[in-house]
Amino acid sequence: MHIVVCVKQVPNPEAAFSMLKVDEQAKKVVPAAGLPLVMSPFDEQALEAALRVRESLGEAKITALSVGPESARNALKHALAMGADEALLVCDPAFTDCASETAALALSSAIRALGPVDLILTGRQAADWDAGIAGCGIAELLGLPVITFARRIEVNAATLSVERVLSDGHETIETPLPAVVTVSNELGAARTPSLRETMRAARKPLTVKSAADIGLAAADIERMAARRVRTRLYVPVKTVQCELVSGADEPAQAVTLARRLREERLV
Amino acid sequence: MAIPKTSILVVAEAHDGAGSALTRELLGLARDLAGSGEVAALLIASGAQACPDLIAHGADRVYLCEQEGGDEYEGERWLPQAQRVAREAAPLAIFAGHTPAGADLAPRLAFRLDSAVATGCFGVTAGDGKFLFTRACYGGNLRETISIESAPAVATIRAGVGIARVDPARRGEIVRNAVEGVTSRTRVVARERELSAATSLEDARVIVAGGRGLEGPDGFRVLEELAQVLGAVVGSSRVPCDLGWCPHSWQIGLTGKTVTPELYFAVGISGAGHHMAGCGNAKTIVAIYTDPQAAIFREARFGVVADYRKLVPALAQAISKLDEGKTT
Repeated sequence: MHIVVCVKQVPNPEAAFSMLKVDEQAKKVVPAAGLPLVMSPFDEQALEAALRVRESLGEAKITALSVGPESARNALKHALAMGADEALLVCDPAFTDCASETAALALSSAIRALGPVDLILTGRQAADWDAGIAGCGIAELLGLPVITFARRIEVNAATLSVERVLSDGHETIETPLPAVVTVSNELGAARTPSLRETMRAARKPLTVKSAADIGLAAADIERMAARRVRTRLYVPVKTVQCELVSGADEPAQAVTLARRLREERLV
Repeated sequence: MAIPKTSILVVAEAHDGAGSALTRELLGLARDLAGSGEVAALLIASGAQACPDLIAHGADRVYLCEQEGGDEYEGERWLPQAQRVAREAAPLAIFAGHTPAGADLAPRLAFRLDSAVATGCFGVTAGDGKFLFTRACYGGNLRETISIESAPAVATIRAGVGIARVDPARRGEIVRNAVEGVTSRTRVVARERELSAATSLEDARVIVAGGRGLEGPDGFRVLEELAQVLGAVVGSSRVPCDLGWCPHSWQIGLTGKTVTPELYFAVGISGAGHHMAGCGNAKTIVAIYTDPQAAIFREARFGVVADYRKLVPALAQAISKLDEGKTT
């Protein structure tokens, strides 16, 4: 059983928003110095799902795969410390700040180059662009079925069983392997690497490959990247003026608020 | 340049013989953007019942793919139908709702059509035959505008972007266009619903939502008291769902539901971007929070700096007393 988990390095989404600056001219986000780059949380949960599958089967190889800059080694080291067996970084100037479609092209090509893979996991979306496209793209480019927004993943023999989140509940979907699954936050918290695992991780293999190494020509990448153009990136302006309701104590505040809401015909 | 014929195809989601509220909004949006161009709807369903509703809300043509069990979304069964109709109608854009169905279908369809997709859009404009999509990113803190350069431009769109308009006199054509014998690599073995349709957050006029500041599951009992007085539906930000204080289906935000009520009570919610991405289109937000510096007070029309445990029950009482002493 070979499981590939796709992980992305992003500016820490838990950090104060003031740590992010927008270069409106270049339409890029400029993280402030000192803002930590971390593995996207949904991807951590995808890796958590893979680890749970390995635990239930007793045996499986887990490869963490990332497309990103040199710094993304750190996200992969985190994956190895969480329990992945091997890591692969696809690092190439052609993928700098690439959009989801291009990332899906790179990831699917890298997976193809890895040889036989049974299960491919990604987070439901990355915490930077929040697109939720790459997992579906990988599946389509590899011609595999995909199940999105998973909250539980189980493998029995060659069959995959996934609980998929719906707006009013969930559904259980089965499919033969190989398949792609995108993992949602409902899966539950990802484990924190132990000191022992972190030490062990230093000896696990982390390979770096270029676009050419995974069989992608510059023209293929450019064609995919040309499908979308970002025309603007900005911080939304807040126009609401908040009317703070005052009062000596909570009952007084409540009476004033109720009266104001009535005056505005809201209740 | 005007947008040519068959400009926009809307992927419909229908229940009980009618388009969903979001589908109706998307038809209204498509109608507004298409000008003299044609708006088509794709209906994958077990029957034709929803066709008149889709036409009345703006579809000039409904591509009907009748499929046994087709009323419930199944990616593997819907995609071949959507792909065929997209090829046949050759629209400039395809709109789906940003729902568990739309967010599953649209990216896959975009790849099958060798195009690209904008997900979770808050705004759409059209000009010169091109579409610009504005969406939230970086946890709802930023907005980006994307131009899709390939055709068709595929997008999933949130509630509150389009306006549903109904004209029962509108005429439209129904084209039956199903791929027969679709085979599926996946099999849905069970579906479990947590909520009854009566408590749908998406359709609620008033919502009382709680966040991390509730400090525990009991906080939702307090909110339910207020919700009962207001006839409101109770929702949540992500943290209480992840902590198991309330069902996941209550989650409002970037990765949860997008809601558009008239009145939204944010209780114990700090106002992080990922939550506001789901409720920012509420007409009026009332914030109840202990920290006056919290971001929610920059989003809300009314704010109370208070302990919700004392304020919310008092508010429920004050509201129920508003009509006392009046002749009925």
